[in-house]
Amino acid sequence: MKVAVLRFPGSNCDQDAFHALRDDLGIGADYVWHQDTSLAGFDAVFVPGGFSYGDYLRCGAMASRAPIMAEVQRFAQEGRPVIGACNGFQILCEAGLLPGALLLNAEQKFICKDVYLRAENRDSLWTRGVEGVLRIPIAHGEGRYVVDDETLRRLEGEGRVAFRYVTSDGERADWANSNGSVDAIAGVLNEKGNVLGLMPHPERATRKLLGSTDGLNILKGLKLVAANL
Amino acid sequence: MARVRVYVTLKPSLLDSAGRTVAGSLQNLGYSELKEARIGKLIELEVEPYSEARVKEMCDKLLANPVIEDYRIEA
Repeated sequence: MKVAVLRFPGSNCDQDAFHALRDDLGIGADYVWHQDTSLAGFDAVFVPGGFSYGDYLRCGAMASRAPIMAEVQRFAQEGRPVIGACNGFQILCEAGLLPGALLLNAEQKFICKDVYLRAENRDSLWTRGVEGVLRIPIAHGEGRYVVDDETLRRLEGEGRVAFRYVTSDGERADWANSNGSVDAIAGVLNEKGNVLGLMPHPERATRKLLGSTDGLNILKGLKLVAANL
Repeated sequence: MARVRVYVTLKPSLLDSAGRTVAGSLQNLGYSELKEARIGKLIELEVEPYSEARVKEMCDKLLANPVIEDYRIEA
């Protein structure tokens, strides 16, 4: 089992992801440069956070057109696991692998803090191991998820809302939805459920020293995949 | 050489939180007639030769995101 951790100019969560996967989850990982054109030998993709291409034009816009992304498209279509966190989520949306887009937070500010998440779907490889409310950090200026009403209804109907921002008790509350996302959506899945995008950083919550190990609840889906290889 | 201007704006249905902040600041300066401010992008392109179809393609492929933005080309 080897996970490709993509690297774009401006990625800054690539090392967090690499160490979370290798040292805390205990699966193989290696970096893949954005100019590369092959994912041969890899079984999953992690699109990390950061400020790819300086966040110029729109967050994730240029990264989503990088050479490696054609291969990520093919990989995703084959039903193989792809996860994008923070800027990685923005990149997957810009690439059309996930619906919607991420806009400037409703209160304009960059928000860096722990948030609570509730898994709304328990069927996908990314969410089937999730029990209870997760405490995972966010760190973003542009994380307000928006999507048109029709697509939103489809996401809800198909169980593709993966995570919502909630209180520590797992309840919905306006204040718990700190970036102002539509319907407090923190993460969504593609139709097959193999591609997950979310603004929170599971790779920053993988050991006690970091204050939470709840991120492992999401990433451990990869271990199930590894077991079936 | 043709200079082409592409104006990219957030769809009217979406909250422009940066524009709202600017509007608040202008109102603080006493411009009470101001009801709303919205911020967009102006992208200047130099192309030779100019083809509207190809510039439109650039907008669709990269310069604007149809999920959240509209664009207008001025040649």
